[in-house]
Amino acid sequence: MPIVTFRDPYWEPFREMERLKRRMSHLFEESFGPGLAQWRGVYPLVNISEDQDNLYVRAELPGIKPEALEITVHEGNLILRGERRIPTEEKQVNYHRRERESGYFRRVIRLPMAVHPDQVEASYKNGILTIKMAKPEEAKPRQIQVQAV
Amino acid sequence: MAEEKELKPRAKEEAPAKAEHVRPGRVFLPAVDIFETPETLTLVADMPGVPSDKITVDVRDNHLIISGEIAPPLGDKENLLVHEYYTGDFYREFHLGATIDQSRIEATMKDGVLRLLLPKVEKAKPRKIEVKVA
Repeated sequence: MPIVTFRDPYWEPFREMERLKRRMSHLFEESFGPGLAQWRGVYPLVNISEDQDNLYVRAELPGIKPEALEITVHEGNLILRGERRIPTEEKQVNYHRRERESGYFRRVIRLPMAVHPDQVEASYKNGILTIKMAKPEEAKPRQIQVQAV
Repeated sequence: MAEEKELKPRAKEEAPAKAEHVRPGRVFLPAVDIFETPETLTLVADMPGVPSDKITVDVRDNHLIISGEIAPPLGDKENLLVHEYYTGDFYREFHLGATIDQSRIEATMKDGVLRLLLPKVEKAKPRKIEVKVA
């Protein structure tokens, strides 16, 4: 299939470029599959996993005070808000490197399934926030027995 | 005071493979702050997921290596549904400008943040030399 038709009198190169760009990114996503989706990320990046009974959302948030975190579950969304503060050192220091960043964040995460808002637990360990949410009964996998007739 | 800045996600940078790693998986460079006072060099590194007993600090002459092994990032029977960040161990090497007193190194690990206090050896401290009047 030709991408550009040169005989077209209404050919708009910029629109064509835009379309090509979209096709390329689509292709990229298709070939690399559901890998990392970082380029459109919002802080903090999360990994979501499940087991039979629970859904887990994890985020790397090193050096955060748990009281600076606000976690809300609302209508199938998980809302994470907080602030990362890096205390300023005493005056007489010379910085060689400053790579750690401070600031606030707010992220709304669409959950892949409904959860019980009153069965949500959050824990913070080694700089990783884990939010454990109980799946509702109807979302749990159920084994179906085949009956011999 | 910390200015109100919105945090942006950053991709973790993989550590250059210098030698074969024994543990499978990726290895990343931790983000660090390094600052110096006349007496000490302080290094603060973000190593989320690393328990305090899995940190290794190695100082030899002017060469510093920090590394940390993460605890398993997922529970036993968990399947990943959304994968936005990679998990893996941390490793980074530094050349130190000053000679460090190895016997007085202090390391603390809290909430995935390593803080290393590296006291300088006496001779590396700047000293004021008094000029005697002859």
